[in-house]
Amino acid sequence: MAEPIAPLIEGLIEPGGYVMAGPEGGEVQVISSGWKLAVSEFFDNKLAVAGLVVIIAFILFCFLGPLIDPTNQTLVNPLNTDLAPGGAHLLGTDEHGFDEFGRIMLGGQSALEIGFFSAAIATVLGTLWGAIAGLASGIVDGIMMRIVDILLSIPLLFVVLVLATKYSGTVIRLSLLIGLFSWLIPSRLVRGEVLTLRERDFVSAARVMGANRRRIVLRHLIPNAMSVVIVNVTFQVADAILILAYIGFLGFGLQFPATSWGDMLGGAQNYVTEGYWWLVYPVGGCLVVLVLATNLVGDALRDAFDVRLRRR
Amino acid sequence: MISYIIRRLVVAVVVVLGVSAIIFILLHWLAPTPAFDVLGAKAQPQAVASWNKLHGYDRPEIAQFLSYLGNLVQLNFGYSYKLSQSVSALFSENAGRSAYLTGAALLLSLIIAIPLGIMQAVRRNTVGDYTVTTLNFVLYSMPSFFLGLILIQFLALDLHVFPPTVSDSVTTVWQTFIHPAQLTLPIVTLAAINVASFSRYMRSSALDNLAQDYIRLARAKGLSERSVLFSHLLRNACLPMITLIGLSIPTLLAGNLLTEYLFNFPGLGLLFYTALGNLDYNVLLAYVILGAILTVIGNLMADIAITFADPRVRLG
Repeated sequence: MAEPIAPLIEGLIEPGGYVMAGPEGGEVQVISSGWKLAVSEFFDNKLAVAGLVVIIAFILFCFLGPLIDPTNQTLVNPLNTDLAPGGAHLLGTDEHGFDEFGRIMLGGQSALEIGFFSAAIATVLGTLWGAIAGLASGIVDGIMMRIVDILLSIPLLFVVLVLATKYSGTVIRLSLLIGLFSWLIPSRLVRGEVLTLRERDFVSAARVMGANRRRIVLRHLIPNAMSVVIVNVTFQVADAILILAYIGFLGFGLQFPATSWGDMLGGAQNYVTEGYWWLVYPVGGCLVVLVLATNLVGDALRDAFDVRLRRR
Repeated sequence: MISYIIRRLVVAVVVVLGVSAIIFILLHWLAPTPAFDVLGAKAQPQAVASWNKLHGYDRPEIAQFLSYLGNLVQLNFGYSYKLSQSVSALFSENAGRSAYLTGAALLLSLIIAIPLGIMQAVRRNTVGDYTVTTLNFVLYSMPSFFLGLILIQFLALDLHVFPPTVSDSVTTVWQTFIHPAQLTLPIVTLAAINVASFSRYMRSSALDNLAQDYIRLARAKGLSERSVLFSHLLRNACLPMITLIGLSIPTLLAGNLLTEYLFNFPGLGLLFYTALGNLDYNVLLAYVILGAILTVIGNLMADIAITFADPRVRLG
């Protein structure tokens, strides 16, 4: 990490013992961009790095795992249902005779895909909406933000569930469904950020120096508002994975034999009473660990981008 | 103050109207008429058309929406053709149990989270603080039904302390009151959802307040640590909780749905779940609108309550 502040003492003591006088006004600093500082700050946070490693491990496990350990996940096998772990099936089999270990990979694929897709949809929509409202200001801003207020008053899970009764079943549909109803928070964040950034001195300075509107938006407003957006994306992913789990658990998730972790836990209460622990805890554990890792990364990103918290 | 409340109420009414319109359109698009529920899936087109005409389902959507709103104002939420009862009757039958479950869970989460947050702030950066923070983080990342399942496994099936599901014989609020074991697991499951976020806010609020001069003064004049924490710090550090409770209503409603489903506890959440399964139009519509109204009221009440609790907050 580059040393951001010049040493306060006048001279530096060289290893040889000589006292070297520094130049008047301190050493010339290596000018580091805010992004580089944030990245180095992020990688100094051990929990964040652990979270990132866990997410990458899950991506590899879910997408490459089935290639290394291919299992039948399409044909129901009534002879092999509810087998306990051991032998050919590392985590046993489920009530359809599918290998549970392979099924966790399959369910993880949809959790990751839907998590990222819906977060991307929500972020793009929310950023555009918020930026337009913040830049337009006045009555357009008022109307756009009242629409956000109205939509925010509908409990997210309810409306998504109502729509999921008919429009779910595939990864794309569920991503759209979750994404289309979770752009509200990012839009508020971006609008707030745009409103404060607009009035900041560096924007006025750029304007005074003759920068046109396009340059101010592209070069000054968007890069500075990006940090808020990036932090929010991670939380969006975590929330989307949880919402997906709730939808699946209540039985409105993906079309059989496709599955997500929530779908797999759908009959969990019966499995628990029957004692089929391998159908509950591995899946649930994966869900918690992935969401936890995503939240850790989000938290660390927020700290890394927050100038006030930065260790100088 | 009065003018502020009136202004907020007007905004709240507009928001509720907007929500009703959106949900009405969405549901109308999913299920245009309940005729097939009444006449059977193989009903003749003529029969469906005449049924629609008789019950007003052939009118333009905007007319249907306006008459729905008219009924809503008179607290008539329509009729559930699947359950052959009026929605108001269904709601009044189930609302008490859901309110009891949710209210008890909210209270329990506050009872746990407030002292926990203060304890963490007082012993900040110790092993205890880190342990609780870690547990909170795990709890925050855990779907509530998974926590419920773990509780069922250990406390119901392994140790037989509590029943794994709520008994069918528990039907009234009074019965849930006199059989506390029946509802312990649902209440704990639902409470856990909020403990993580509440105690996190409580910790940072208590940390902010601990650094204030009034705490230093209280200590300087020789008050015991107990009195500093519980009569000076507690009241001030709890102020953000008022807003937080107001904002937690959507989470509580969602948690209520999952908890009632998991423990098979008859309430509004379970009613909503059943209605999802058979697309019971009027129940779905009414419950989503009710959820939105509760959310709006929650925000409004929190904003008003904070002005009474904290004279520094001026509304205008």
